[in-house]
Amino acid sequence: MMLASQLESLLSTDRPGVEDALGLVTDLDAALLTGYGRPDPARDAALAALASAVAATPLADRVAVAAEAIAAGNITDDQLAAVAAARSALLGAVHDTLLSDVDTAIGRTRIEPEHVDAEPAADLAALRGAARAWLTELAITGFTSVDETFIGGTNPIIEGLGGHPSGRRLAVLLDGLCAELRACAPVAAMNEPPVRRWADLWSRAQTLSRPGHADVTSVERISGRLLVLGTELFEHPTIFGFVVHGVVETGGDEPPRLVRATVTAPKVDVITGPAMWNLIVDRPNLTAALAEDRCLELTDMPVTSAGDLLWSDDAAKPGEVVDPLATARLRLSDAAAVTTAPLDRHPVAIVEPVFVESYKVVKGDTPKFDLGGTTLTVDVGRLSTAGPLTAKHVAASSACVGVLRWDAGSWTLSPLTVQTAVKRVATVIHNGQWAAGPTDAKVAKAVERNDSVRVLRERAGRLLRK
Amino acid sequence: MDDESDTASKSVVQLVPPIAPRKLVKVPFVELADGRVQGVVSSGSDIARVYVSWVSFTDGEHLFGCSTNNNRPCGGAMGNHLCKHLDSLLAEAVTMYGYDRVARYLKIESPNPDTHLRFSLTAPCIAGSRSSSLVFSRFLRYLTYLELPVATAPLAELHWFPTTGVK
Repeated sequence: MMLASQLESLLSTDRPGVEDALGLVTDLDAALLTGYGRPDPARDAALAALASAVAATPLADRVAVAAEAIAAGNITDDQLAAVAAARSALLGAVHDTLLSDVDTAIGRTRIEPEHVDAEPAADLAALRGAARAWLTELAITGFTSVDETFIGGTNPIIEGLGGHPSGRRLAVLLDGLCAELRACAPVAAMNEPPVRRWADLWSRAQTLSRPGHADVTSVERISGRLLVLGTELFEHPTIFGFVVHGVVETGGDEPPRLVRATVTAPKVDVITGPAMWNLIVDRPNLTAALAEDRCLELTDMPVTSAGDLLWSDDAAKPGEVVDPLATARLRLSDAAAVTTAPLDRHPVAIVEPVFVESYKVVKGDTPKFDLGGTTLTVDVGRLSTAGPLTAKHVAASSACVGVLRWDAGSWTLSPLTVQTAVKRVATVIHNGQWAAGPTDAKVAKAVERNDSVRVLRERAGRLLRK
Repeated sequence: MDDESDTASKSVVQLVPPIAPRKLVKVPFVELADGRVQGVVSSGSDIARVYVSWVSFTDGEHLFGCSTNNNRPCGGAMGNHLCKHLDSLLAEAVTMYGYDRVARYLKIESPNPDTHLRFSLTAPCIAGSRSSSLVFSRFLRYLTYLELPVATAPLAELHWFPTTGVK
């Protein structure tokens, strides 16, 4: 359980280095808004500052060369890639600092396993090259100048990448970014463009489209009892994803291991809310375990060095019913975590499961949990209609498993599972409870009535030339 | 924490307005794109036939069109008469995006959310000719997302795309 003193330690840690790094990132990102194509002394100063910030790293030479070339008006893929890499390194360092603050505050142990990169997929070289060319043009013209024709240029790239397992990350990222650019057009007229966010997405896309980029692969297999803590849900117009957080008891004296399992399903905009679970048809053991609060007996489940289970439903059998709050109460404090994969180090990748109880709820649009005088903001904005957990449940809750996240200088708790009073009966409610279909009769009826997945599949079967 | 004030320094911001679920049987596809409300409407009589319908705002006037995916014009959409496919398209667009967003997209001057959107178009609306193939191919591309498999590889980019509350 996270104690008031632990929370206070986390919230009161002052990190001037973090602010400096983020200030530099802010200065740098402004150039992506107006475009690298025009002379910009402020940008050149930010690039020079970036070069000195990474002067002691292996990136030093490349970034120094890029800063000079860009100031001279010579902007190429390679130079922008060096800038993106240096920006990622800065944010990676911020991530490391913040994560070590969490570890110190809550006493989490972290094992540092060896990271192994997969063989790069050579067949995607042309598509990655096309993505790089588009990203370079985006950087040169700037976010404020994009129009529908330019955004549409990613369509064939996304189509090509989306069909390949190793192209999926880049496809999902580009599709999400393009949907936002369309929704925000004309960007030049926006009061406050989301500069940090779009620069993040642009930089990630740069990294993922580098020739030779490879995803981290599994390094070992894990067996034991997986106890689920809760589920986070993710969505943009063409993807639904859920991430299950849990601990695996591998037996013996070993501490339980914190793990995640990710499932993603391509979708279209109109498939939203609880209907999204209809896309997940072939992982019955996982979805049944979420719906029925069962543990899962894993046998030789592949796991990456970053603690991601590469879910194979055959390697998991649903076991007995286990209360996720009991798991959090008994197993979370001594569970061992692993570090983020090197290329994924970024403040948004900090997702630390914690358990809180005996708090007072400070109600409001952004509710807070008051743990003996220290308050933690609860991010109810992430709660989705795809799950039964609502802000009301959180407000009436007495215990909560959530993940600590950090954005723009603030720590928040995203609730995954709560114990709350429903008609005065203590009830466990969590985001993944509708994984096998809504348990609320009214919602279930509505989903059945508008079975968007089935209707579109029927249309696809009839109209798509195979 | 004030959401309005630190959009520029946040990594996670909701930018795409949420859309409402709707029944897809009659109108499987609706989008606001290229300055038009456009989409695909299933034929009431032939299960294998669909109509491509659109409404645009060009040079101060609303234009519309409706034809089959093989470019045969719909008999109901002529002169300044909107066919039932266009009626359904507009109604579904309103369900999905909300009346205000559709009215704004079509630059309707004096919108009246209490009536069907067709009554707020400039009168007379003029039938325009335009190939249906572009919209239809966008629909086919849209459908291909559902042909892609479910995957279980970690996807770190999801951190930027949480579900966002609508309750």
